[in-house]
Amino acid sequence: MPKDHGIGASSKRREDVRFLTGAGNYTDDINIPGQTYVHFLRSDIAHGKINAVNTEDAAGMPGVLRVFTGTDFEGVGGLPCGWQVTDKHGQPMQEPAHPVLAQGKVRYVGEIVAAVVAETAEQARDAAEAIELDIEDLPAVIDMKAAVQEGAPKVHDDLTSNLCYDWGFVEENKGAVDEAFEKAAHVTTLELVNNRLVANPMEPRVAIGDYTRHNGESTLYTTSQNPHVIRLLMGAFVLGIPEHKLRVVAPDVGGGFGTKIFHYAEEAFCTFAAKALKRPVKWTSSRSEAFISDAHGRDHVTKIELALDGENNFTAIRTETYANMGAYLSTFAPSVPTWLHGTLMAGNYKTPAIYVNVKAVFTNTVPVDAYRGAGRPEATFQLERVIDKAARELGVDPIALRRQNFITEFPYATPVAVEYDTGDYNATMDKLEEIADLKGFEARRKESEARGKLRGLGVNCYIEACGIAPSNLVGQLGARAGLYESATVRVNATGGLVVMTGSHSHGQGHETSFPQVISEMIGIPEDQVEIVHGDTARTPMGMGTYGSRSLAVGGSAMVRATEKIINKTKKIAAHLMEASEADIELKDGQFTVAGTDKSVAWGDVCLAAYVPHNYPLDDIEPGLEETAFYDPSNFTYPAGAYACEVEVDPETGKVTIERFAAADDFGNVVNPMIVSGQVHGGLAQGIGQALLEGAVYDETGQLLSASYMDYAMPRADDVPFYTVDHSCQTPCTHNPLGVKGCGEAGAIGSPPSVVNAVVDALQSAGKSVTHIDMPLSPGRVWTAMQG
Amino acid sequence: MYNFEFERPTTIADAVAALGGDEAQALGGGQTLIPTLKQRLAMPGKLVSLSGIPEMKGVCVNDDGAVSIGGGTPHAVVARDAAQHYPGLAALAGQIGDPAVRNRGTIGGSLANNDPSACYPAAALGSGATIVTNTREIAADDYFQGMFTTALEEGEIITEVRFPVPEAANYQKFVQPASRFALVGVFVAKYADGVRVAVTGASEEGVFRWSAAEEALSGNFTADAIKDLTVEAGGMIGDLHGSKEYRAHLVGVMTRRAVAAAA
Repeated sequence: MPKDHGIGASSKRREDVRFLTGAGNYTDDINIPGQTYVHFLRSDIAHGKINAVNTEDAAGMPGVLRVFTGTDFEGVGGLPCGWQVTDKHGQPMQEPAHPVLAQGKVRYVGEIVAAVVAETAEQARDAAEAIELDIEDLPAVIDMKAAVQEGAPKVHDDLTSNLCYDWGFVEENKGAVDEAFEKAAHVTTLELVNNRLVANPMEPRVAIGDYTRHNGESTLYTTSQNPHVIRLLMGAFVLGIPEHKLRVVAPDVGGGFGTKIFHYAEEAFCTFAAKALKRPVKWTSSRSEAFISDAHGRDHVTKIELALDGENNFTAIRTETYANMGAYLSTFAPSVPTWLHGTLMAGNYKTPAIYVNVKAVFTNTVPVDAYRGAGRPEATFQLERVIDKAARELGVDPIALRRQNFITEFPYATPVAVEYDTGDYNATMDKLEEIADLKGFEARRKESEARGKLRGLGVNCYIEACGIAPSNLVGQLGARAGLYESATVRVNATGGLVVMTGSHSHGQGHETSFPQVISEMIGIPEDQVEIVHGDTARTPMGMGTYGSRSLAVGGSAMVRATEKIINKTKKIAAHLMEASEADIELKDGQFTVAGTDKSVAWGDVCLAAYVPHNYPLDDIEPGLEETAFYDPSNFTYPAGAYACEVEVDPETGKVTIERFAAADDFGNVVNPMIVSGQVHGGLAQGIGQALLEGAVYDETGQLLSASYMDYAMPRADDVPFYTVDHSCQTPCTHNPLGVKGCGEAGAIGSPPSVVNAVVDALQSAGKSVTHIDMPLSPGRVWTAMQG
Repeated sequence: MYNFEFERPTTIADAVAALGGDEAQALGGGQTLIPTLKQRLAMPGKLVSLSGIPEMKGVCVNDDGAVSIGGGTPHAVVARDAAQHYPGLAALAGQIGDPAVRNRGTIGGSLANNDPSACYPAAALGSGATIVTNTREIAADDYFQGMFTTALEEGEIITEVRFPVPEAANYQKFVQPASRFALVGVFVAKYADGVRVAVTGASEEGVFRWSAAEEALSGNFTADAIKDLTVEAGGMIGDLHGSKEYRAHLVGVMTRRAVAAAA
């Protein structure tokens, strides 16, 4: 019988009650007395020299408090980049200044040129229209390969070129890789694009700066996945506010998907302006602004080669990728195409020699950074597509080819610097074959044919590195931050407890799943546990939520703190029952003495800690509050196998997804329902990337897909009912919960299966199509069929 | 949006009077105009809402059998109330936008805007409808004059649209994935005196009649009759959702499907 509480129970998401009844407290719901509003005047050209910004008329408009331009920020630091990549020659990446408001030049459509603060949002907008801009058009660079040509216009005049870095990984592997290709019996080559995406969380970004004169404290309310990181970056690097005078609050956040990790100019502006004006300053992004100011995702152009020997064993992989950075380096941008991408190029396979080359390029476009999966979807897509192409070229079954090359022994050290602790890729593939009913595919294909439709089957595997990450390791790799997580567990006198966690929940359901873990450990009802997150004044320094790390890292910190609590309560219980501490057992909220009928309730022990009349004061302090910082010793490695069945309308090229099955190994699962929900959401985003979404610039740097009229988000009728399974569980070996993380898997694993399926459908009809770049819109599929 | 005056008259006469002033703009269901205002791309001094005029609302059948639809009738009402009288038209109305759009957007607003990807222009042109305004009656063939351009004069209001009811009709809409407007939409209607084929979404000139297909279908109302016909890619729209060639191809596909569904 399924559990009804604790680890493994599908407890209902308690946070949904407030979200679904309109009682959520999002940043835009916060209004502070005396609040003003800022409107940002953004560049409408991609590249230009700022000759003059005349704010005189605007400053005199009704309600205007002040108009800010780049010159107001000359004494302020720029937005910092949190990761320094070293190129293949051992040189640090080129790192341009990233001003809060544009200085000297504008470098993308959407960059902030001026900011008007006024009594109302409408007044601010009216005044912004009265600002006179004298900006001289410069030629824009949009295409990455053109941007690195000799003589291309430079995005940053003070850099030597538009090349941020040319990264080789692992440089020492290069010789072995080249040799393997010379000796290969077969080489499959594939050139592909990983399409640029706009994250589009349901809640747009919002920032409110506040400054309280009585204590000289600045507060930023913001839509962030990691308020402590924002406090550190903005306080130390941009505004020079010591952390004890700066509070960052990220209340309910309506979806992040990576794009709310980063420190944005609007946050720094509101905090800065609030202090300058001694008034709260609020900004709420419009959806139109979000398209041109939220960091975009993906945007890789890749050539991948796979070498195989005469027995179809993979012998080497070689890739060359151009990765778009946009006009500036967003917070973690350099790490995405490198350490989050190159390290995953082994996938689930024992390829002995791998070399990854990545050229990161500046262009006159919105900065690009992590988006659900971040680097790992790009790695998975190219690898699983090239394997599929190889199988077709060799005339072998794509599943058999994968199985033949699976890593089967763990731990496994890949040639790209990571060590998989555990996994069972044959088990997830077996499970997939079962739940996807692959045996029934041919019958379904015939049935589709009878209706004039082409049916295709696409299968692929994926592996990801989650639970980021060991701080000492990422420090060696260029991270300018630690990647531990923290938790304070505060037990109240009456036995209920509060967990103050550095993890941030913006859809993941932490308020439900974290208490399940505590409930399991102590044996008290889940509703006795409250989760506090998203406020630097209430939680210990934590690194926040991204990279599917919350339960693996934040949950582990919570477990460690709870263990400290349990150890202390056992001491108290031993004292109360006059027994030896070693004999004390805690189960179902009761302390017992082994071998006796003595017991004392959890609540009585907690009360004793705060009313220490009968208490071992000589040995331990009163009170019950413990903090733990947990730094993992390795990444976690969730993996799985996905199958997609599509129908293609041969007359129109329209693709419909008929079936989708996902067999994932997430290690131990705390709340299966939430895990299924995370997979569902990830699949929708992956299918969105594969079929619908694409941020497209024209050659002048105008974003053509700058609204929902042209940027296609997946809707309910675009996706099928999913079959998901996470019963294959090889627990992570190095965190106390044995969990691996599930937030990104769906988005990582699904794009290649969709494309593999469409290629399969077209080839089944005799078409010679070997690849179509995403999104596989009807027009693209039809065009491919004509060629 | 910028500030504006707002009037909501209850008679056509009052609406016409209200629209007589400078910078006055008629507001139908607001499905295009309101987003335009929100983006500050228009600055009318006065909005005259046509949503409070009872005589411009509803669906009825005239003595000659034609279906009359008030200019202020929302799509959802047409989808429901015209279903019995002109199912092809009702089905088209039921495919416009989403439920919120269908409950606000009106036939008059859609035809006055004449978006090149809107559905209603295909129905009006494909049915040889009559656009009735406060001053005159305009044949659909004369009404549509290119993308976002119509025969309407400044301040002229579409009060009613009269659709002769065909023997058979069908609308096939191939949606643009993002907006779900018609990437290509084809309305086919078979009348006693011939077949009309109107295409929306495809052409740079807005809705148009595909006369070669009409001719072929008037002799033989089967999909087969037009299987070898194509439209020129030259005048088609080409954008990130589909090339000119793709749209030209879809015109043929959607027309054949409409005929097959109607026949």
